[in-house]
Amino acid sequence: MSKTAPQPWTRKHLLALEELSAGEINYVLETARSFAEVSTRSIKKVPALRGRVVVNLFFEDSTRTRTSFSLAASRLSADVIDFSARGSSVSKGETLIDTARNIEAMGVDIIVLRHPAAGAAHLLSRHVRCSVINAGDGAHEHPTQGLLDIYTIRQHFGRVEGLKVAIVGDIANSRVARSNLWGLRKLGAEVILVGPPTLLPRAFERLGARVVHNFDEVIGEVDVINMLRVQFERIQSSQFPSVGEFTGLFGLTRERFRRCKKDVFIMHPGPMNRGIEICSEIADGPHSGILTQVSNGLAIRMAVLYLVSQACERERAAGEAAAAVRHERPRPADRKHHP
Amino acid sequence: MQRFHDETGVRKGVEALAADIAAAFAPDAPLNIIGIRTRGEVLAQRIASLLQQRGYSKIARGVLDITFYRDDFPKNGPGRAILPTELNLELDDKPLLLVDDVLFTGRSTRAALNALIDFGRPSVIRLAVLVDRGGRELPIAADFVAYTMKDVPPSYRVSVHFVETDGADEIVIEPR
Repeated sequence: MSKTAPQPWTRKHLLALEELSAGEINYVLETARSFAEVSTRSIKKVPALRGRVVVNLFFEDSTRTRTSFSLAASRLSADVIDFSARGSSVSKGETLIDTARNIEAMGVDIIVLRHPAAGAAHLLSRHVRCSVINAGDGAHEHPTQGLLDIYTIRQHFGRVEGLKVAIVGDIANSRVARSNLWGLRKLGAEVILVGPPTLLPRAFERLGARVVHNFDEVIGEVDVINMLRVQFERIQSSQFPSVGEFTGLFGLTRERFRRCKKDVFIMHPGPMNRGIEICSEIADGPHSGILTQVSNGLAIRMAVLYLVSQACERERAAGEAAAAVRHERPRPADRKHHP
Repeated sequence: MQRFHDETGVRKGVEALAADIAAAFAPDAPLNIIGIRTRGEVLAQRIASLLQQRGYSKIARGVLDITFYRDDFPKNGPGRAILPTELNLELDDKPLLLVDDVLFTGRSTRAALNALIDFGRPSVIRLAVLVDRGGRELPIAADFVAYTMKDVPPSYRVSVHFVETDGADEIVIEPR
């Protein structure tokens, strides 16, 4: 457990872990425990978001995150709409904001946005009245992935504070690395970023991370190793020598695994390139938390959907109350009721 | 804040409840006792241990968090983080005693009933409360009541405090 007490949630959007306090992060993690319990029931559904509409607005491919958000929304009894940029009016030139406003006009309560541009969720949140959840914006942040990684670590070790967490691979292009870095630092873990200089600029030191270009230098001292996917679609050829060389220097191979701490915990946000950044034996082995991450992702997303929706609701209620006060007029005492 | 009952009053109330419940359920038959978080959980625990002293041997206990089932959250939602429901017991075809501290509008009870039905099909569900303060908004009544308070204005809050959760056993009335 982290020392920081959970702090009640008041945000109608979840855009980035950078802007959350340790108390807010702990509040989401605590709330997620209750939703994890819902998933153990025979009827895996609660009416918490009954009558609400959640739209998955995805401008990039995704299997896990989209499915996880859809299932999370269904377990809360919300209605879910899936919107892919492919085959939509986006290909006819519609802007993100116009697309989102049109969808919002259909009565949507929460937009879950994935977009290739960093800052897309922030931009959208300023132009719509409903809640916005960032499901990945370019190389910027993927807050629910960060939260579920931290939840999984906390569940495994019983704490986050004081742990040494290595995040390995293509850091420069990774929103998962950034969200993990912010969240883990706030909860008092030490974050060691590992990767080749072309994919791991020194600038990350300013965000409070230790930057290491030699995996073997730290492999024996870390409690958690989070292996990132090599994002071939984002990497320019000049940043990356060859797959073989990458695996040799930064892959979690059998040989390298032997030099890890005995109780090391292995994570990967998926989808995995088996044999490139991680070998199958380790990914499927007893030290791996990879599938637990996926199950926990569901609980985290239920918690986030629930919390932003409650905050949005409270904001609306407060607005209505303020409007009612403005319009209140003294009634004539003898006013007659119409039959 | 006006104190309606002190430690002795709370103890007597719980004992009276346990006696009434004992008269309605056989000691050798299974009985599930489920408290509504937070004060209902403590009350359920106390009732269960009194019944066990009376020889009830097949009591199973559980805790229900009804937040996801409320119709008035976020207005009246808990200031605390939601905690997991703990119902690791078999509900089907067994009597269930639902326990809450104060019965007011009946909306918490409604939420609890909805939640319970998602977990199974008890043979009967009975409701035990320490205080019935009137003011019902739904057609719900308690089967076991220790104290009935009449004409408490809705602008007042009736609270049961327990040592475990609040540092003292008492029943108090205070303006909202």
